[in-house]
Amino acid sequence: MNNKRLSVAALLAAVSVLAVSVLTACSPGGGGGGATTATGGGASNCTNTIPKKNLPVVTMWGWYPNMQLVVDNFNKLNGEVQVCWTNVGQGSDEYDKFQTAISAGTGAPDVIMIEMDRIPTFQIQNALVDIRKYGFDAVKDDYGPGAWKDVSVGDAIYGVPVDGGPLAMIYRKDLFEKYDITPPKTWAEYEQAAQKMKDAGGPAFGDFAANVSALTMALQIQKGAAPFTYDPAQQSRIGVKLNDQASKDVLGYWGRLAQKGLVGTQDQFTPEYISGVINGKYATYISAAWAPGYLTGAGVGKGEDTGTFAVAPLPQWDPARPVQVNWGGSAFSVTSQAKNPELAAKVAYGLYADQESLTHGWTNQIIFPLNLKALDDPAFVNLKVAFFGGQQANKEVYVPAANAYRGVTYSPFGQYYFDAMTKQVSALIDGSVTGAQAADRLQEDVTKYAREQGFTVQ
Amino acid sequence: MTEKSAPDAQDGTRGPRGKVRLREHVMGWLFVGPFGIVFLALLIAPLAYALYLSLFQKRLIGGTGFVFLDNYVKAFTDPSFLSGSWFVIRFSLVSIPLQIIVALAMALILDAVTSLFTRFSRLMIFLPYAIPTVIGAVMWGFLYSRSFGPLTDLFTLFGATPPDLLGSNLIFYGLVNIVTWQWAGYYMIILYAALQGIDPALYEAARMDGAGKWQVALRIKIPLIAPALFLILVFSLIGTLQFFNEPQILRSLAAGTIGPDFTPNMYAYQQAFALANFNYGSAISFALGGIVFVGVYAFLFFTRKRRSFL
Repeated sequence: MNNKRLSVAALLAAVSVLAVSVLTACSPGGGGGGATTATGGGASNCTNTIPKKNLPVVTMWGWYPNMQLVVDNFNKLNGEVQVCWTNVGQGSDEYDKFQTAISAGTGAPDVIMIEMDRIPTFQIQNALVDIRKYGFDAVKDDYGPGAWKDVSVGDAIYGVPVDGGPLAMIYRKDLFEKYDITPPKTWAEYEQAAQKMKDAGGPAFGDFAANVSALTMALQIQKGAAPFTYDPAQQSRIGVKLNDQASKDVLGYWGRLAQKGLVGTQDQFTPEYISGVINGKYATYISAAWAPGYLTGAGVGKGEDTGTFAVAPLPQWDPARPVQVNWGGSAFSVTSQAKNPELAAKVAYGLYADQESLTHGWTNQIIFPLNLKALDDPAFVNLKVAFFGGQQANKEVYVPAANAYRGVTYSPFGQYYFDAMTKQVSALIDGSVTGAQAADRLQEDVTKYAREQGFTVQ
Repeated sequence: MTEKSAPDAQDGTRGPRGKVRLREHVMGWLFVGPFGIVFLALLIAPLAYALYLSLFQKRLIGGTGFVFLDNYVKAFTDPSFLSGSWFVIRFSLVSIPLQIIVALAMALILDAVTSLFTRFSRLMIFLPYAIPTVIGAVMWGFLYSRSFGPLTDLFTLFGATPPDLLGSNLIFYGLVNIVTWQWAGYYMIILYAALQGIDPALYEAARMDGAGKWQVALRIKIPLIAPALFLILVFSLIGTLQFFNEPQILRSLAAGTIGPDFTPNMYAYQQAFALANFNYGSAISFALGGIVFVGVYAFLFFTRKRRSFL
């Protein structure tokens, strides 16, 4: 009996130990993984081969599809420093690793590719270095003022812009012809066209996905929402306004389209969605200038659907006062774990800034360049984009959209905000909340988090 | 063990008794040492560190401060944690009995029927367990696809709309299916091994007393493998309450359906690694540990009379 009781106790102890060890077991593993790729022995862990072995090495994370070529170009042209590049994942995967490395205080690379909307999130944790003093003046004129604004917090520069994401409406020419639809210029026309296509037995007109919060945010901003107001000089105060009328209207609009079955509700960046795009399940794809490159990489526009895509400007709420918005767009930032920030800044400024890399990037629609060497290049502006069947997409749509883009204030807790938005949009798609309710709940949720994090919310 | 066996070899031959005692102690610690070091460094130390972390709060503005049990108070009033916990409890109540019934049925059939086919079947039923959970989940993600999954073909054959097993209404059953597929074979092997250990003379005796095949299965076999049944129940209860792999993988296909707080473990992961809140993540882990402890203790308590293995 005594023996029995002892073993029960032992089992229970083992059980509880097992349960809590999951997190702790992950923790050293996660940090360690980052550490080995970034700092462990430098050159030996690079994805690329470093040609000039005697030069100092700067480690770098990034996920541009042509990163290998970009890094090789940089290393070939540079006589001072060499880049050791690793792709640790795209978007959130990379941010999670970077976040863990920040918490651990070690394991981050010297230079990191991040989307501009994440810069305040990392900047507030002092994870990024202000690179203004490391040669900003020399490259100042290579980018427009809007591009610099998106990577700045106050006067400090926390990244070198590489690509932007002006939004537009990609559509299927074959479906538009078949159902006799002209590209809608306003969101009201978009809804009417969607109804028309559905009444004629056509496919979904677009897609309203829960997992693309940054896009949903951009569409709200287009109608006049200003989710965050934030003065970097007063870091502890933040304005959160996620349930103003514009935000509610946009959620309500897409919720209505989803409920009526006019648009699909499939998560994007999934095989399911891509196969839907290829098979003509969606007549339009509201997306950024980098989308054609992404779609091409995923196999769209190569088979039967070759040349079926075209692009039109983003529909407007008020055609008299058009507003252009952005989704994504990335920059190279120097992390505060960089051993030699000056050298790291040289990499951040120089990477993806040479003519050859830029040309490769935009001819393959991997990037919509922000570097004026490419953006002002007539070859770029007049390019007949193969994905769009020879349409001069840059000249007609993307360049004007980029030029009209005014910039946005992003939040210092981007990850939480986007996750919370996903939750609400998911409920909206289910029909369990209305657009207005979703916006109110999001406001409540994010405000609560901001307060917990020590902010004074205005 | 060492204290008992060592004296036989050494007693009397090497010095006084006290010295031998000391040597025994040293030898004992040396034997336990390698395990002890690994146990302390990789289990106890991280646990203690996580417990320590869970007593602090780190904020973006204002830094880190000691908050004692505030994180636990927050966890047990946090709708994300509570709904995640409720989900894994419901999931356990449905999936565990299902897995065990399937495993038991297959083990009994394989035990009763002997043909060339049984070896092959045994292997096939066990095979899903040999597939890593991550790969299994990715595979099922594709099988559930409404664009290229086999379910679509099946349902369109009868003119019905295929179910969206990754949608928020059916994801529960989609996951039950994956977990059952993955684990039933493993539990089947454990039960089958227990069945093989039963003395065949018992069956013979039962038959002599007029018991049919059903009666042998229900009255002889199942009671005799009850210890193994309890064992797998405890294992599956612990495993299911810590549900993580499958939903985390399917998240990349259905982020809208499976939120970051879908299960408590996923929530702890999100807090720690996406939001850099290791403190709250640790607290959630310990809170989950508490739930698992209570769950398993309750199970052991209510079955204490029927148990023979503990």
